Amino acid sequence: MTKQVQQLDRVIIRFAGDSGDGMQLTGDRFTAGTAEFGNDLSTLPNFPAEIRAPAGTLPGVSSFQLHFADHDILTPGDAPNVLVAMNPAALKANLGDLPRGADIIANTDEFTKRNLQKVGYTGNPLEDDSLAEWRVHAVPLTSLTVKALEGFDLSKKDAERSKNMFALGLLSWLYHRPTEHTITFLEQKFAKKPEIAKANIAAFQAGWNFGETTESFSVSYEIKPAKLAPGVYRNISGNQALAYGLIAASVQAKLPLFLGSYPITPASDILHELSKHKKFGVRTFQAEDEIAGVGAALGAAFGGALGVTTTSGPGVVLKGETVGLAVMTELPLILVDVQRAGPSTGMPTKTEQTDLLMAMFGRNGESPVPIVAPSSPSDCFDAAIEAARIAVKYRTPVYLLSDGYLANGSEPWRLPEVSDLPDISTEFAVKTDDEEFLPYKRDTETLARAWAVPGTPGLEHRIGGIEKAEGSGNISYDPNNHDLMVRLRQAKIDGIDVPDLEVDDVHDGTKVLVLGWGSTYGPIAAAVRRIRKAGGKVAQAHLRHLNPLPANVGEVLKSYDKVLLPEINLGQLALLLRAKFLVDIISYNRVRGLPFKAEELAGVIQDVIEK
Amino acid sequence: MTELVNGKGLNLIPKTDVKQTLKDFKSDQEVRWCPGCGDYAILAAVQSFLPELGLKRENIVFVSGIGCSSRFPYYLNTYGFHSIHGRAPAIATGLAASRPDLSVWVITGDGDALSIGGNHLIHALRRNVNLNILLFNNRIYGLTKGQYSPTSEVGKITKSTPMGSLDKPFNPISLAIGAEASFVARTIDSDRKHLQAVLREATAHRGTSLVEIYQNCNIFNDNAFEPLKDPELRDDITLRLEHDQPIVSTSKAVVRAANGGIEVVARDSVSEDQILVHDAHHPDPSLAFALSRLDEPAFEHVPIGIFRQVDRPAYDVLMAEQLEQAASAKGPGDLSELLLGGDTWRIG
Repeated sequence: MTKQVQQLDRVIIRFAGDSGDGMQLTGDRFTAGTAEFGNDLSTLPNFPAEIRAPAGTLPGVSSFQLHFADHDILTPGDAPNVLVAMNPAALKANLGDLPRGADIIANTDEFTKRNLQKVGYTGNPLEDDSLAEWRVHAVPLTSLTVKALEGFDLSKKDAERSKNMFALGLLSWLYHRPTEHTITFLEQKFAKKPEIAKANIAAFQAGWNFGETTESFSVSYEIKPAKLAPGVYRNISGNQALAYGLIAASVQAKLPLFLGSYPITPASDILHELSKHKKFGVRTFQAEDEIAGVGAALGAAFGGALGVTTTSGPGVVLKGETVGLAVMTELPLILVDVQRAGPSTGMPTKTEQTDLLMAMFGRNGESPVPIVAPSSPSDCFDAAIEAARIAVKYRTPVYLLSDGYLANGSEPWRLPEVSDLPDISTEFAVKTDDEEFLPYKRDTETLARAWAVPGTPGLEHRIGGIEKAEGSGNISYDPNNHDLMVRLRQAKIDGIDVPDLEVDDVHDGTKVLVLGWGSTYGPIAAAVRRIRKAGGKVAQAHLRHLNPLPANVGEVLKSYDKVLLPEINLGQLALLLRAKFLVDIISYNRVRGLPFKAEELAGVIQDVIEK
Repeated sequence: MTELVNGKGLNLIPKTDVKQTLKDFKSDQEVRWCPGCGDYAILAAVQSFLPELGLKRENIVFVSGIGCSSRFPYYLNTYGFHSIHGRAPAIATGLAASRPDLSVWVITGDGDALSIGGNHLIHALRRNVNLNILLFNNRIYGLTKGQYSPTSEVGKITKSTPMGSLDKPFNPISLAIGAEASFVARTIDSDRKHLQAVLREATAHRGTSLVEIYQNCNIFNDNAFEPLKDPELRDDITLRLEHDQPIVSTSKAVVRAANGGIEVVARDSVSEDQILVHDAHHPDPSLAFALSRLDEPAFEHVPIGIFRQVDRPAYDVLMAEQLEQAASAKGPGDLSELLLGGDTWRIG
């Protein structure tokens, strides 16, 4: 049978199943094949915080969405064209996101009476006409997998476990993905269990062959490689890019990296990644708690290391007092906050932008801290270097505000040339013959004080959390000195050199600016494209530095009739901008634990344009 | 002294050829404790002890938390970090773990180390980073003006407990031994010779050494340790712990009890060979723990000295070894190689 091949420019696939079904791995491998093939791509893993919720239930559903295309794309996509549903719960949990006409590949073996009842289906949707508006491919994935593995020395249960690889094989056939990497990957992953490796590879190949022979699929799809800028690419998640950025910062600053951290979702992967790179002189210290994590990082910074702590919102709360001490002692320190849905424990695996005001103000006293926010998974690399640059140059703690979406999402990353990375090195203080050492004497340009590390003869000095006399750093309760020091610390942060805000405005007479910060860059840019494609005029600007703000922000805001600011919070940046620039920002806020959708934002922008 | 300078605890720390004196370790800051405070004696003892180590002054760091005792670093002409309440062990851990060439001291009090900082203290002890922790125990909150502390005796009447405190105190030595600290000792502010002898052993020890120093707060808890200082009483109630020596005071002795534990009896009621000989180096901490339980609030007998001193790899050394192993097994880190690792593809 010759099958038809159809050309597509982009596809959004969502793999959904039980937490134990291996959907994240399946998604990862499909992504790797897609990256290797040369499509542009963006991913959105979405999983429960529970390690294993009861099998077959709605809370146990784990999914992985992948958007890939023959052109550059900005988001993991709004609505899937294809849903792979490994059980009734996965179907039910995701059906609401599926547009009319989308494909559903359902594992019929799991659509048993019991499983259907568990999620409240009274009948089998695969057998009645309730899914009529979609194209349903009913495939007995589990039993086909078991059958394909009959010759293997495996229990039925073990054989069933490979059903995700069968599904991956089928989807790989359907979208013409290369197979070699997946096979190599499986061989390596199960190197110590060759029988399991062989079984998984066999299941993967059986899935591919099933696509080739079955009549359920009459068409397969080709998505040509994307024409991206020339260079060497790899697929990277935000947490991995951030970890690499910290290592690069350590190399470029010529300072040993010290990470003090306590495990917390969704930041732990940075700790895991950095702990693999000891050959770079990276010290990773898993502390007894969040407080000790940042404390140890600050202690290491006092000793001349690039001190870093990584955490998420609830951890930031605990670190506040040490951040204040770092402000007072004016030592370099990087605080990575991978934001997640709050307050309190909130929704640990879901994304949010709700820690901005905490990063700005979450300390006692006048305690200014610079804030940098990456805009995409790969941008976490550059943002980490930028945070380190500011920390080292200005001798200050710096917040790096990533979030769950960036942390776990991935995209192709055009690798930078190491020789193009900025030199962010600094000098430690040394004893000079002619001058008395003053620990709080400031550089006239940056207002940074000297970084005098223990081991340097002649510079013995004491620092601490009590107010310092200007220059000498001795304890001082003098009222005028305190007023001066409060202002100096503020002036130092206000004076940090940050690049101007760039505005993407392609038309004359554009009246609406849509502004964003952090991980909303992709959905906003995708929405702006849609508006422009439809003939609308809208400008876009994205803030990477939240504190201090670029010098031209006020001017940019005032040069448009309307400024729209979408945020995954209730208007935190809008509050700051309104207060500082007296500009009436139009906020758009959703806090659903998920990134914005491009279509949703395009609608909001259109409304603002028309109003 | 030569032996000390070459001791394991200090062998990674640069030495000086210049002869040092007490004056070299005095900072220019005016000491501002209350007149009569026990802290003065400890400061003087430390300042006069440090020259004997022969370390480069710039390689010594004092880190403190919050409380009266935590002002200590300001008065020493070394590097110093007066940090936040309870967190000194955490900050010092980061410093010592990344700089094995430093002699890092933690100055803390009973409130700082055992209340707000209890978690950091026990984890520092279990980890065994190269730190000398001096815990000034005066059994009261001084800086906040006289509330009871986690080492105050039950029933303590203070501003916050007008009808007497209800909670049972920590015994810092029991706590430290329970956390399997590798070096645990107790000394007293007024006995400079003993204090310095303990410091000598603590600095020679590579790993975390915890030294509890009974310290008198003459404002809020005066004479808390008076029996141990009273010339008529002290030799009678102080059970001196010296490795390989029988545990005795002038009139008392520690022996094995019939129930398998240990007890204090009249020295003249037992023969010399019945008296327990102290073994600070025993790998099992049980006996050291039992000795720490001999304390009682009435000060009828109090063990003073080194309870436990065992060899255990120091965290900072192990951490440095892992970095060296990684670099020698895989070669030093190369940034380009790191970025190009994993699956890459080329466009154009």
